[in-house]
Amino acid sequence: MGASVEITVTINGTQHTNDVEPRTLLVQYIRDQVGLTGTNIGCDTSSCGACSVHMNGEAVKSCTVLAVQADGQDITTIEGMASEDGTLHPMQQAFMENHGLQCGYCTPGMVMAASSLVADNPEITEEEVRLGLEGNLCRCTGYHNIVKSVLAAASAD
Amino acid sequence: MIPAAFDYVRAESAEEAISLIGQHGDESKFIAGGHSLLPLMKLRLAQPSVLIDIGRLDDLSYIREDGDQVAIGALTKHCDVESSDTLKQHVPLLAHAAGHVGDPQVRRRGTIGGSIAHADPASDLPATTLALGATYVAQGPNGTREIAATDFYQTFFESSLADDEMLTEIRIPKMNGAGWSFQKFNRRAQDWAIVGVSAWVRGTESGVGLVNMASTPVLAAGVSSALAGGASASDAAEQASADADPQADLNASVEYRQHLAKVLTRRALEAASA
Amino acid sequence: MTVTEETTAASTRVIGQRLLRKEDPVLLTGEAVFTNDMKVPGALYMAVLRSPYAHANILSVDKAAAEAMPGVNAVYSGADLAELWANPMPCAWPVTEDMKNPAHYPIASDKVHYVGDGVAVVLADTDAIAHDAIEAIDVQYEALEAVIDLEDALSDRVVIHEDLGTNSSYTWPLLIEEEEGQVQRSLDDAAFSVNERYVQQRLIPMAMEPRAVVAVPQPFGGDMTLYTATQIPHVLKVMIAVTLGFPEHQLRVVAPAVGGGFGAKLNVYAEELLCLALAQKHGGPVRWNETRAENTVATTHGRGQIQNIELAADADGKLTAIRVRLIADMGGYLQLLTPGVPVLGAFLYAGVYDLPKAYDFSCTGVFTTMTPTDAYRGAGRPEATYAIERAMDALAREVGIDPLELRRRNFIATDKYPYEAFTGLVYDSADHDKAAVIAEEMVDYAGLREKQATQNVDGATKRLGVGVSTYFEMCGLAPSRVLASLNYSAGGWEAATVRILPTSKVQVVTGTSPHGQGHETAFSMIVADKLGIDPADVDVLHSDTTIAPLGMDTYGSRSMPVGGVAIGMACDQVIDKAKQIAAHQMEANADDLEFSGGVFSVAGSPDKEMPLAAIAFEAFTAHDLPDGLEPNLEAQVTYDPPNFSWPFGTHMCVVEVDTETGDVEVLKYAAVDDCGNQVNPMIVEGQVHGGVIQGMAQALFEGAAYDSHGNLQTTTLTEYLVPGAGDVPPISLGHSVTPSPTNDLGVKGVGEAGTIGSTPAVINAVVDALSGLGVTDVTMPASPQNVWNAIQSAQSNTSANGGQQ
Repeated sequence: MGASVEITVTINGTQHTNDVEPRTLLVQYIRDQVGLTGTNIGCDTSSCGACSVHMNGEAVKSCTVLAVQADGQDITTIEGMASEDGTLHPMQQAFMENHGLQCGYCTPGMVMAASSLVADNPEITEEEVRLGLEGNLCRCTGYHNIVKSVLAAASAD
Repeated sequence: MIPAAFDYVRAESAEEAISLIGQHGDESKFIAGGHSLLPLMKLRLAQPSVLIDIGRLDDLSYIREDGDQVAIGALTKHCDVESSDTLKQHVPLLAHAAGHVGDPQVRRRGTIGGSIAHADPASDLPATTLALGATYVAQGPNGTREIAATDFYQTFFESSLADDEMLTEIRIPKMNGAGWSFQKFNRRAQDWAIVGVSAWVRGTESGVGLVNMASTPVLAAGVSSALAGGASASDAAEQASADADPQADLNASVEYRQHLAKVLTRRALEAASA
Repeated sequence: MTVTEETTAASTRVIGQRLLRKEDPVLLTGEAVFTNDMKVPGALYMAVLRSPYAHANILSVDKAAAEAMPGVNAVYSGADLAELWANPMPCAWPVTEDMKNPAHYPIASDKVHYVGDGVAVVLADTDAIAHDAIEAIDVQYEALEAVIDLEDALSDRVVIHEDLGTNSSYTWPLLIEEEEGQVQRSLDDAAFSVNERYVQQRLIPMAMEPRAVVAVPQPFGGDMTLYTATQIPHVLKVMIAVTLGFPEHQLRVVAPAVGGGFGAKLNVYAEELLCLALAQKHGGPVRWNETRAENTVATTHGRGQIQNIELAADADGKLTAIRVRLIADMGGYLQLLTPGVPVLGAFLYAGVYDLPKAYDFSCTGVFTTMTPTDAYRGAGRPEATYAIERAMDALAREVGIDPLELRRRNFIATDKYPYEAFTGLVYDSADHDKAAVIAEEMVDYAGLREKQATQNVDGATKRLGVGVSTYFEMCGLAPSRVLASLNYSAGGWEAATVRILPTSKVQVVTGTSPHGQGHETAFSMIVADKLGIDPADVDVLHSDTTIAPLGMDTYGSRSMPVGGVAIGMACDQVIDKAKQIAAHQMEANADDLEFSGGVFSVAGSPDKEMPLAAIAFEAFTAHDLPDGLEPNLEAQVTYDPPNFSWPFGTHMCVVEVDTETGDVEVLKYAAVDDCGNQVNPMIVEGQVHGGVIQGMAQALFEGAAYDSHGNLQTTTLTEYLVPGAGDVPPISLGHSVTPSPTNDLGVKGVGEAGTIGSTPAVINAVVDALSGLGVTDVTMPASPQNVWNAIQSAQSNTSANGGQQ
């Protein structure tokens, strides 16, 4: 039982082909097999959002996706948000300019969730930001500056 | 936590999915978006030995008018239900409720069929579709059948779907301009409802579904018949707990749930009638 | 344009600027390495089997099935590993001479004392195999009765540690009276008095990063490096050496990027000792990480007190005496600071009020069969502030005056600072009225009271409430001699090295250990101002005991008032030394030299000047130094603060309570905090935001729930309600600046202040909203159920009393 399955996943523009046990979560695949540790694990119950990545351009919780479900899909992780020359993505830049992070552990998930929110709704309001980030928990910032960062990024575009 | 080990197969069609589940027996389960099933598997509360992935059956993702009903493919994602112009026009209560399931990341993966089949009385869509008089279409090795929502929910996480049946479609009567209200009372925005009320009113007709008030979603028939008999929203709402059997948990006692059900039902009826 | 793009000209002061953080880029791109991100080839994965019983004898541990699993390297019971421990796990704060401290080892051998207590350990090739294997270990227990209620624990009906004979670990008194019996007399003679009972519920700190450990033996010589998600690498190094008998000079402890601590990573944990001891035993790396569910039982909890507070006041509402009795929940064992946490608050139950010498405090710490408690943001001081601020509102209702007015009558007057309190502690500086005025304006206090009067009528569905909290915080831990008098086993100093490299870049070595607080940025700013350089040219080294050998780590809002001040002092010493070199080389008198913008010049000789950069190189080559002066340009300072520091402030919370559902909505939250001079206001604001929301979360959302068998029921983030962005309001910040006279920088520290001020402000607001219904208390968290219960019970009392409240 649990025979390995071959999957091919594009992550940050690079194609990866690996054998995985079916029970491997996408977040484990990304961290342990592909070696991209920017995406973090903060809970066991799909509550905290620290594992958020983009699948086919939209934020999903990679702890609640099996790696086998991501076969053939296009994934962007936090490591893929800045440009090749190191220029930060506007959301990353906005977080820095507005002190939207402290310990940084929830930050990759926040940036991925927030950038997806703003892409879907460029005219986003504060209320919509707060509700839109309901799936992402932070213990350090009290959210005040995270909200400020996301609104700043939305208006910068 | 890491789920227990299982085998994985991917179905290319509904027929293949049904054939596969018949083959692998009752230790196997369908997985679509996985946002009801995977959390259980990660806590090892569910340990299927085979997962049959139906998540790529794109032909089961659709929303279309069909006479006086709207037909929704079981694999339609919550975010698509939420943003559908057809539903906003003809079944706005459902579109609105879908926008309250989980959080945005969950809504991009979870499906309406998955949520219905999971039969969690604390979820929003079972009670909402029940209130709307939905019919669920199931496909099995012997063909398809229609199951009225009122006949579908048996108890916690158990529906009347046979082990070798798959939900393929949800059919909902058009609301035809009915007023509606969705009252989801929770501690945090991402939480399940402590108690929820999903209601529509058109004249003396109504449908009221209760979330998290029993081992299944509850159709508050007593409320609707009181309204039909001319009762005020307030008086009709007093019937809210009559058909319910709420449990106590960390968030609420039985008594508090019964009280909330009445308050939220009254508020829903008032809003839907306004 | 970012602030870093501005050139730091001679006259541009860096301190006070909202400098963007140096820490951010690697955190934003995912390059930062948290402990569980480390790639450690050849590491064995450790998993811990934890007791499912709160209180039980271990009868047998059958490892055979687990040992036989492929990929399993070793399985150990507590008995197997007993020989590894030179000493039991440390408690660094024996608060009284007769404090009872049960022996506590990293793995239990005979008996378990809480659900989560470790009973066996597996080492395996992968994390998955290790977790599969612990499920195959068969442990037989004889279940005993759980003890989860504090008053039940105090009664000794079921004694948890038989060898101690009692569940009471200690009783710590603080009785200060001008005349014997004054407190009781004042209570008896009081014009007004209140007698209040509050419960500080157990909290789970829930840092977003679960704990992780990697122990790596070095290639030769027996040296060991321990990477761990800790706030205290230095303290940990000493404690490990003592507990394992490991030679301290061969141990290196490193905290990689740490994802939040809040006190829960301020400890010596079983898994750290186990990984290190087993890495040594197996001759290879051993690593461990906890799942969130594991974190909820295996990482220390916060708070946990039953508080009884009595206030006596005269006819004007001026306090004449305070009496406090605490029962504090230790949990199943004493971890590093467990017994001392409630004692840290002992000095603050009179808050910001001018109390005569009539103070009677006593705290009894009791064992229970639950996860050990320890420090959690504020550690004893939020609990104290909660009690006095809630009691003051109760007193205001007795006296019949506005709660803010009552406080004003009692504030320690500004002109009395520095103020020697009845405890003998000297409060450095404050202006309570100023903070209160700012807060009043921010919420339009008078307008709110008017609105409240019209809104909170009989039958109103939504009732408006305003809650006030005026607080002190005692931080900047700490003067070592005071710690000695409290029986704390360590000191409170902090070390700093400032080193100007030959090519003029600056290295700062600090003994603090940041985990989100922005020390690298803030400390660079101090150095930039002192030395007249660009903060970008300063590198702050920390959290590695080989690179930063001296330190007392980060907790208790100490890093700026102790660590930052030490850095400032080291800069001063570097400048002094540089001055001597400059004077010598410029053939001038040291006293005639001025230092500004990084350049030494000679008063009256405009053509004679020498930049620090040049001096650094001269110090390196040592070609022409004054006699007796050592080469190189660095200074090391170890600073023992002469006093605690005392941030203060006023918080106001405005809520609307839906009386039909019990739902509380926070409409507005204003926090006015004074932490003295602010090095980086952006970072200060972030600390206040986070602290306020954490305190608000205690008030409205959180609570570790246990069933009668001692099972923790809130083991996930779906049950334990850390709020999200949609659940909390934006925070309005005001501030005043009352510099601390205790140190040259005038700083006080601010990491915990937000949490200390907020919880009582929120609950006071809820009670205020409902006081017209006869409600005088709401159990924390003020969940909809708890609020609704309070309303029901007040209404039934009212009707039982024939309508009288």
